[in-house]
Formats: sequence, C-alpha cells, structure tokens
Amino acid sequence: MKRAFFSFSVLALFLFICFFSGNAQLWAQAPTWQQIPIPKLPEFHPPQPKRIELPNGMVVFLQEDHELPTIDGTARIRGGERSVPANKTGLIDVYGEVWRTGGTKTQTGDQLDDYLEQRAAKVETGGGVDSTTLSWSCLKDDFNDVFRVFEDLLKNPEFRADKIGIAQKGLYDAISRRNDDPGQIAGREAAKLVYGANNPYARVPEYATVAAITRQDLVEWHGRYVHPNNIILGVVGDFDSAKMEARLRDAFASWPKGQAANDPEIKPEPAKPGYYEIDKTDVNQSNIHMVALGITRKNPDYFATSVFNEAFGGGFSSRLFGDIRTTKGLAYAVGGGVAAGWDHPGMLRLTVSTKSKTTIESIQALDEEITDLGKRPINDEEIKRAKDSILNSFVFRFDSPAKVLQEKMAYEFYGYPLDFLENFQKGIEKVTKEDVARVAAKYIHREQMSVLVVGNVNEFDKPLSALGTVTKLDITIPAPPPGLVPEQGDHP
Amino acid sequence: MKSRSTLIQTIVVCFVLCSIALGQDLASFEKRTTVKKLANGLTIIICERPEAPVFSFFTHMDAGSVQDPMGKTGLAHMFEHMAFKGTDTIGTRDYAGEKVALAKVEDAYAAYIAERDKPVDRDEKKLAQLEQAWKDAIAAADKFSAAYNNEFGKIVEGEGGEGMNAFTDLDETGYHYSFPINRLELWAYLESERFLHPVMRQFYKERNVVIEERRLRTDSNPIGRLLEQFTEEAFAAHPYHRPTIGWISDLNSFSATDAQKFFDKYYVPSNMVVTVVGDVKVSQAMPIVEKYFSRIAARPKPDTATTTEPPQNSERSVVLHEQSQPLYLEGYHRPDYRSADDQVYDAIADLMSNGRTSRLYRALVRDKQIASDSAGFTGLPGNKYPHLFAFYAFPIPGHKPQEMAAAIHAEIERLKKEDISDEELKMIKTRAKANLIRSLGSNEGLAFALSLNQARYDDWRELFRSVDRIDKVTKADIRRVANQTFVPDNRTVGIIEFAGGPPGPGAVPQGGGQ
Repeated sequence: MKRAFFSFSVLALFLFICFFSGNAQLWAQAPTWQQIPIPKLPEFHPPQPKRIELPNGMVVFLQEDHELPTIDGTARIRGGERSVPANKTGLIDVYGEVWRTGGTKTQTGDQLDDYLEQRAAKVETGGGVDSTTLSWSCLKDDFNDVFRVFEDLLKNPEFRADKIGIAQKGLYDAISRRNDDPGQIAGREAAKLVYGANNPYARVPEYATVAAITRQDLVEWHGRYVHPNNIILGVVGDFDSAKMEARLRDAFASWPKGQAANDPEIKPEPAKPGYYEIDKTDVNQSNIHMVALGITRKNPDYFATSVFNEAFGGGFSSRLFGDIRTTKGLAYAVGGGVAAGWDHPGMLRLTVSTKSKTTIESIQALDEEITDLGKRPINDEEIKRAKDSILNSFVFRFDSPAKVLQEKMAYEFYGYPLDFLENFQKGIEKVTKEDVARVAAKYIHREQMSVLVVGNVNEFDKPLSALGTVTKLDITIPAPPPGLVPEQGDHP
Repeated sequence: MKSRSTLIQTIVVCFVLCSIALGQDLASFEKRTTVKKLANGLTIIICERPEAPVFSFFTHMDAGSVQDPMGKTGLAHMFEHMAFKGTDTIGTRDYAGEKVALAKVEDAYAAYIAERDKPVDRDEKKLAQLEQAWKDAIAAADKFSAAYNNEFGKIVEGEGGEGMNAFTDLDETGYHYSFPINRLELWAYLESERFLHPVMRQFYKERNVVIEERRLRTDSNPIGRLLEQFTEEAFAAHPYHRPTIGWISDLNSFSATDAQKFFDKYYVPSNMVVTVVGDVKVSQAMPIVEKYFSRIAARPKPDTATTTEPPQNSERSVVLHEQSQPLYLEGYHRPDYRSADDQVYDAIADLMSNGRTSRLYRALVRDKQIASDSAGFTGLPGNKYPHLFAFYAFPIPGHKPQEMAAAIHAEIERLKKEDISDEELKMIKTRAKANLIRSLGSNEGLAFALSLNQARYDDWRELFRSVDRIDKVTKADIRRVANQTFVPDNRTVGIIEFAGGPPGPGAVPQGGGQ
C-alpha cells in the first residue's frame, strides 16, 4: 500500500518493455559447452557486520563498505499491522507515511523535505505486517546533518494532522482502485482464502477502517512500540566502525528501555477447499491461483521444499515452466511452490495466467502436474539441477556488504541463528531424492487446495462448475461512510 | 522485473549527473574499464569491479521494435524469446534432422497462411486440412527437441546463473544475467553461440506464450490499454506508434522464417555491445571474450532509416471509458536523446517529479489534495528517436481527470513564466551527482549503463560526461524549453473515464463515492 514516487512512470515505461520471463529432462550426452573448464571458485569470505548490543537492548549492526562515499541505515522496529485492531486496519499504512511527513516537534515534514533534498538525502518511514522502519540514505559528508533528522524522527515525531488527512486520502484512492487490475485482485483474494478474510495476514483497509484512524492512534502506537529494546539498527557504508559505534552510543545509550513488543497469536482460518470465482468482464485472460498454507523456515523440511520448489515451479528449468509454458504454450506467467515464512506459515501457491478459453484446460494441466508428482516423482537429474542451481548461485546471497547486513538483520529480527545462511548451504547439500518425494507428498494435497479464478466467466472454455462446486466471491468495495468521499457525479 | 524498469528509468529517464564527483569517478573508471572493437564490428567492454567473485553482463543489441517490418509488429520481441530456445547443439542432439523438419513446418505454415488470408474464395475444408498439416509438421519437428526443452536456460540456471532475462523495447533489445566468476568462459561460449547458431524451434508455441504476454500487459490491464491507444494517437508517422508486444493480427501471422530474417538483418556484430562487469582482470578476460565473440561473422550494417515524425499542429486525445478508476495523461513531442536540450528536459522532469519537494507533488497531492500521485517524465515510449515528455495524475475519489489537466497546466504555465529558484536549480544538480554515485555500486546496473552509453554515444564515458551538460543548465534554458515544448498544439491527451461497474445482474459499481 505504500506509494512510491514515479510509480506511474515506472509502470508506463514498463508497459513498453516486453520481458522474456514473467516469473522459469536433461542433457544426456556431452555437447561442447560441457568441455569448457570451470575452475574452482576462489575462496570468498564476505565482510561480516559487527554486532553490538547496547545495555538498553538496542541491537546495532555496523557494516563497512568503502566502495562509494555513502552511508545508509535502517532501524527496524518490532510491531506491525498484525497487531492493529481490525476496526483500524490500515493504521500502519498511515503511520508509516505520517511518521515522516508529519515532521518532528521542531520541524514540519515539509521543512524536512527541503532540508534533505538539498543534500540529495532521504529519510523515510514505512511499515508492514510485523514491523515498521525508519531509514536514511546520504552522501557521507552529509551524515551528521541527516543522522540528526533520523534521530529526531525516532524520538520526537509530531504526526501533524494535515498530513494524516493526505495519507488517508491516498488510502481511499488505493481502496477505490483495488479492483482495477486482475492480478492484484487474485493475489489479494487468494491470501484471504488461505488465512481467512479477516485474518491480519490477509485483511485489507476499508474506507471505514481508515476513516477511524486518529492522530491519537499514531501517537499511542509510537509510544507503545518505539523503544530501544524493540529496535534493530543496521548501518552500511563508508565509515569507520569505531567512530560510528561511538556516535551511536552517544545517541542511543541513555535512551531508557520500554515495554517489549509482543507478537499476537494468529491462527490461520483457511476457507473450505474448492473452487472460487470472481467475474471480471473487461479482461481476456484468467488469473488462476491454487493455494493452501505453506511452512516456516524453522521447519526442518525447509531445505527439501526449497529443492522441490526449484524443480517443480521455480524457474526456466522447472516442470511447470517446461510443461505449461514451453510445451503447451498456455501461459506466459506460470510457477509457484511452497513458500516459507519467517515466523508464520507462508502460502503454498501455484499460479497460471491463461486466455479465457483455456481456463479449465489450464487448471486441469496444473492438476496433472500434481498427480504426476506421485507417478513421476522429481527424478535424479531434476534434483541435481535444482541443487546445482541453488548451490552454484549461492554466492549471490552475499555478494555485497549490504546484502550480508540485510540477512543478518532478518535473522536477528526473527530469532534465527546468525549463521543460518551457512547452515542453509549444508542443508541443501544433504537433500536427497527421497526427501523431495516425501515433502511433495506431505505438502502438496490437491484436495486441500482452494482454486481461485479471476476472469471473464462467460468466455471460459467450460463453466468452472464442470470441475466442482463453485463459490462466487463478491469483491464489491464497501461504500465509504456518508460524507467521507465526494460524489463522483455524472455516472449512473 | 521491477528492478529492471526502475533501472531503465534511472538511466534513461533521469539521465542527470553532476560534476563534483566527475573527476574522481571517471578517473577511477578509466583505470578499470577497457573497450575493444573486434574486427567483425562487435564492441566489448570489460570493467573491473573486484567486490565479490561474480560478474554480470549486458548484451545490448541496437535493434528494437522500431525495426519491426510492416505487418509484423512484435517480431523483435518474438526473436528475443527465441534467443532462449538454444542452438544447433543446445536443445537437440540431431540438428540435421531437426533442420529438415523445421523447414517442413515453414512450408506447411506458408500454405496455411496463404489459404487463410485469401481475400476471396477461401476454401474452409482445405484450410482445415492445411492447418492440420502444419500442426502435424510441428509435432514431427518437436520430436527432435522435446527431450531437451529449455536446455539453454537449464544450463545457465544449473551453473548458478542469476537473474537470467531479456527485454525488448522500441529502441533496443537487451540480454543479461550474472554468474559466479569461474563461469566466465562458459558464459562467453553460451552468449556467443546464442547469436551464432540460433534455431527457431518451437516457434509457434512460443508465439502463443507471447500472445499471453500481450493479454497480461495490455488487453487485461486498463493502463496498458490506455498507453497503447495513447501512443498510437501521439505518433502518426514514426514507428513509435506501434506496440513492442505487437498487434494481435501480426502475432497471429508472422513466421519463424520472418524471425530468422530479422535476426540475419539486425543482429549483426556492429549492432552489438557486450559489457562484462565484476571480479575480472581485463588481461585475462579480454582474450576469452574476444576468442568466442570474434567467431561471429561480420555482416553489413542494416539500413535503419525511419520516417521522422512531422510536427504536430493540433491537439489530439483518446478517452477510454472503463470499469476502472480515472487517470489523466498528456504528452508533448520533444527531440531525441542527442538534442542539446536533453539535460534540460531531465532537469524539468526532476523539478516537477522527484520526491515531496517536487512541484507536482506539492501542488496536486499536498496543497490541492486532488491526486494521489502526479509526475512528469521523459522517454515515452522510447528516447532514441524524437519522443514524448509526459505528465500524469491519478485523481483521488471524487475528482476528475479534467481537474488534473487544469492543475498540471497551471504548473506548466509557472514553468514558462517564472524562473525556478536558485535552491531548486541547486537541488537538481546535487541530486544528479548523488544519483550517479549511487548507480555505480552494482555489476548489473553498471553493465547496462556502460553498454547503453557505448551504443548510443559510441563512448561509455558519456555516463559521466553528461554531468557537464546538466551543470550548465540555466533557469533561462528551463523557461525556453518549457515555452517551446509545452504548447496545446503539441499535446496528446489520454484519459480513463470511470464508466460504471460491469453490466449484468447483481453488478455493483466498484468505485468509491457511489
């Protein structure tokens, strides 16, 4: 829901560019490419960030990178949209915008805009399902100027009312547009089928819930969550760690601890498996999502499912790409797998977008792929290719100091061992064909999936009901409370 | 995909750089960057960036959908898809047999199309037979490749390739991915083979994939529909009026033979710039890259003359009545990227659009509170030829596209009548410097930017030198260019009007405010 500047120009240019890939049996004899020598990859020990825990519980990671004269930092704060009461859904969207635009006690957001843009610097805020963020990006010579703003926003935000109105209007606009794009509809509604329509992992803001958000809510949220013991701060760039540490201790060491964030217990409430249909008369392509609950990364099956995903639906070499796109020509975008969340189950999702008149055919093609997993399990060559792909490209997970920092911050945030990445490599190496067959059998149950189709129902090759009982979903946007939004006027 | 478009926008749209960093950065890149033009005309750039044991490459082909032949729109993009289908050794084990089978597919297809497109006296029974014969020929040809589906991509992915993709736009075609550094020679082999021995296998199935891509991006997306109609209206003569993805009747007509001809004509070494950036030593890498790419035979540079778009002398507009929420877009013709005013346009785009200090944000979003987003940008739909500088706004519920037009025009008038402030001009130039610096920290981004600048200016250093030009932009330049460009007769307007929800029982209007 966070809006980016230039979003349309990106989209506009994007629409003029056609990409090869919308998302992705083996060589028996030795063709010439196999004769090319592949030397051993040189030993590479990426720089590791320095971890510092302040006495007040704030965790800091410092990652020096002297390639460019910039310094960037991000504070991630525990607590996010999933902790918001349902009748205020959208609170974190408003908070994540107004925290920055609303300025500080001593400077308005507009004054900050001018001050920062003169330095080509950014200080931005945002929020998501489990956390909020405050980050900066600047040239190193401007660090002191910019860090002062960062610190002021962290400790003294003002949440001025005029900016709350602008944020709310932006959300009303997003709500009004949310049924314009079929892909967006499918993604949103599929999540509701997996987690439950009112579940914090799937619910969306409505006019009424956004209208209910007050300045007091933002102030209270900030007071409740923004304490040093709830913050992980990562800094990367052209600085000296000892000096930066001193600077950060000076800024934050005397900040008192506050109430720790508690993550709410959230139970997924999946819809009954079956067929779900959303009619959209202005499209000629159906968006098909087959969904169920996935797993978390803490699950010991994470490594085997990673290999399974790569082989089944994860790229150019996958079965879904090869069969449904290359061989059958049914789709440009096809793929999927069992997604693993950090601290709650991700979604098992298989998707295909196909012309209206091959809608049923494409669902059946996905069905066949699933059935085939039993009859024609992922074979040795597929396993080898999938593992090679993951392991040979492993270096790209830490080929820049900033990426290493991001990984470590995520492990810290979700309570994973900081050497999770190294263990991931070992975990993948150990995966066997039997492991992959076992996780496929364990997680891929066609009869437990919900099948959502967003498309032009009258143009389907057969009615969806030919496959089973169909529930029609109503995605009508609930009307805004009276007087909230001016009338559109001259339309019937 | 998103990152690619952001990247392109950064490079193509905001071509804004600044001089403070120039000396130091250019000197550093001079030391690390080597250009070599091979005897066949192909240009290789190698840039040493030893941050991690990986490299990225970008192959820039100076041919895009502007080069699509009449009646065959979408062909440049179609070939790009075919460049993933392998070679005479990758994707089959019996190319001799496959070659014969593929030729039969082409004969059968030509016979089918000849009957299908007969203006009179089409024989439906014969047509059905010819279609079946064509499909049978495809099935026979597929037997040579079915066991080796996507072998090219499988090799790249299995060897650790990251981010393998390609794109086609009106101006050019680009191919790119990254590899661990120990695969440099393997990459040089694969990337050169792909343009030495392309095979048009599985062409007609891939054509269906491309048609699905059209449905995804254009047909089933209201903004996609608007942009296609808008661009068609804005350009009457130049090929910029045609969509890269292609019109549906062309997609349903062109052949593998057409794609091969396109390749033969435009994929000549002198149209290619291949850039490698990463943990390489030029002394070791250049001989390897040269060895493989010099195998491509020199061919004559194709004729790329196009019609010059004549001056527009009347306002044009397209209005789409849609089930979706309203949108306002307008575009003004401007000269191509070689124009002496190119950086003036960039400065205007930055001033009007960049961040919360931008004029359009402050006017439409912050002060009038009639739009959720508004900006101006250049490079629509390409920038190699004269193109458009465009403005847009998304009205918030209760506001109309016409209000967006009025508010945007008020800002344009200000630009024409008043000098921008010293602070604004300084901000533009400072931001340009910072944007340049930030763009230098990734192998992928550098490979793209160096290739593009080399292809467009015959010198990658333009990436840094355009700094001088933006540093010279004056307040008077901005007023002059605004006055000569943003005039009603030079304008094309595109509007989405909300026309109510879908028809039929139980249909409920989907907009806010009802």
